Amino acid sequence: MLDFVQQLVSGIALGCVYGLIALGFVLVYKATEVVNFAQGDLMMLGGFFAFTFIGMLGLNYWLGFAGAVICMALFGMLAERVVVRPILGYPQFSIIMATIGLGYFLRSIAGMIWGTDDLKIETPFSQGVLRIGSLVLAHDKLSVIAATVILCGLLYLFFNRTTLGTAMRASSENMLAAYYMGIPVKRVVSIVWAISAAVATAAGVLLAPITFIHSNVGLVLGLKAFPAAVLGGFGSIPGAVVGGVLIGVIESMAGFYLPQGWKDVAPYLVLLVVLLLKPEGLFGVHTRKKV
Amino acid sequence: MRFLFKTDYEDDIRLMPHSGYLVTYGVLLALLAVAPFVLSSYIMSQLVFVCIYATVGVGLMILTGFTGQASLGHAAFLAIGAYTAAFLQQYNVPFPVYFLAAGLLTGVVGALVGFPALRLQGIYLVIATISFAFIVEEILARWESVTHGNEGMRVKTMQVFGMAISRDSPTFYFLCLGFLILTIVGTLNLLRSPTGRAFVAIRDSETAARSMGINVSLYKVKSFAISAAITGFAGCLFAHKLSFISPEMFTLLLSIEFIIVILIGGSFSLHGAVLGAIFLVMIDPLLTYLKDDLPGMIAGVASTFGAGKESASHIQDKAAAIASANGLKGAIYGLIIVLFVLFEPLGLYGRWLKIKLFFQLFPLYKRATFKRQKIYVKSERNR
Repeated sequence: MLDFVQQLVSGIALGCVYGLIALGFVLVYKATEVVNFAQGDLMMLGGFFAFTFIGMLGLNYWLGFAGAVICMALFGMLAERVVVRPILGYPQFSIIMATIGLGYFLRSIAGMIWGTDDLKIETPFSQGVLRIGSLVLAHDKLSVIAATVILCGLLYLFFNRTTLGTAMRASSENMLAAYYMGIPVKRVVSIVWAISAAVATAAGVLLAPITFIHSNVGLVLGLKAFPAAVLGGFGSIPGAVVGGVLIGVIESMAGFYLPQGWKDVAPYLVLLVVLLLKPEGLFGVHTRKKV
Repeated sequence: MRFLFKTDYEDDIRLMPHSGYLVTYGVLLALLAVAPFVLSSYIMSQLVFVCIYATVGVGLMILTGFTGQASLGHAAFLAIGAYTAAFLQQYNVPFPVYFLAAGLLTGVVGALVGFPALRLQGIYLVIATISFAFIVEEILARWESVTHGNEGMRVKTMQVFGMAISRDSPTFYFLCLGFLILTIVGTLNLLRSPTGRAFVAIRDSETAARSMGINVSLYKVKSFAISAAITGFAGCLFAHKLSFISPEMFTLLLSIEFIIVILIGGSFSLHGAVLGAIFLVMIDPLLTYLKDDLPGMIAGVASTFGAGKESASHIQDKAAAIASANGLKGAIYGLIIVLFVLFEPLGLYGRWLKIKLFFQLFPLYKRATFKRQKIYVKSERNR
């Protein structure tokens, strides 16, 4: 039983990371219907920025964290301006390819700048553990869970309570109509990219003590976060997090209870089954085309 | 400029609309036939890879370009073909038999993947095919009694009717080239048959196709099966060319490479698949060449612009350091993809068509002819 709870918690922590990356996918998808395959690489880049600030320049952890988030938000805007905006409105497939290309590019460049070794950031959560009875929970994992809850809450309030959030939802429904209503669609899209890059950075920095930072971390985790977003139904914020947690828990349970090898496959098997039964994902809205 | 008068349907679907085609393709064929006796063995080896990639490209083009179903799982089909060939070869099954078996088995698997894919669209289909590819990769790594797991499998020299065909021989090249040509001609015939018309109709509008009486599910499964089978055949040749296969060769990155082939080539033509394959395979020798010679060239340019001898050699060292940096290839790959999507969305073949039209219409060519329209209201969510 104790094993089970232990696995459950570490699965939830892992899943929260997937959820955070998936959240970035979903934000961009909601606002622009662009599927950003470079999301994991944005996370990786965020981790490297944080490493530069904290590990190399010796800034305070929180200061470095904030610096990395701001830098990456600007970088997200830049990426949107240079790569995505010119092809907005073209078939989805070409946009997917463009972001895959962007991911390739970022991975290689990061490998060239920061090298290919595993880097580590000293965080306040790196060492400590929380003991509840005989249950041992590492602080770094708890910090991920806490941050996910906080970020989700903030984003939920932002999207549902603020004018900008409403504008974002409007332009995601129909860009042209939103533009006619006086919403500055281009700027809105820019801001969405900034937010999603910032969320990715938060995930990257929180993850640094657990998986370390190397140039391929984005590819590996991005590919796990992707099923999470799909499982939740692309375009649903709670769905992304629930999907992420599900994938994380399935992965850690499969790694513990099933023979070796199932750990990597189980999330995809579950995903395929879910897609077979509910092609729109768990929380997706099923819409029919009206002729 | 030549005007073609088409008076009936037979004229319209002719493979060679006029005698010019016969001449150009004849010359191309002649050049390809003498290639092994002229070019270096390295370039020949790359040409074999061009043939294999182009074959996969044609297969993927049927699915993605003509039926409109995206797939990021074609590396898995290639792997199934390659492993079937390698497995059967151990039991001394003759080449023609295991070649056919590789294609047919992969085709069956493709059809099986096609069934679940019927209900999925767009991004959901992409992720489903990625999942499929991951599962196949993991099975290959774990099913050790058949695939030898991560140790990989050796593939022996090909034996056709008692004749050994080594993987570097011109005969092997001709075999791959012959199969590519067969695939292309077969696909062209497919595309002018009712099946091919149905594929294109499904790509353009599923609703319209269904209301015209096309059995959408049936044709989607067919498209998956045909595409997978072609890839499976190519997988058998791929295994022979490499002579060693292991699961980590057939990762998502390979699937992305295949997508790059059809994207760079131009996603709606078979010419595109071939051009894309040439581009993707030949970029490797080109980059190696540039890596060796570019720093010297840059230094030369710098010194002609008045840089001193010392600073010129400094620049040369700097450029050499950048050129030999790890992962530069990936960066260039990424850059190429992004630039193609941004500035040449119709691909290499599209560029060729533009140049051709420019000369045909000489003073009257308009850039707007090829401009695509942007759609801001057609949402994927409401289709």
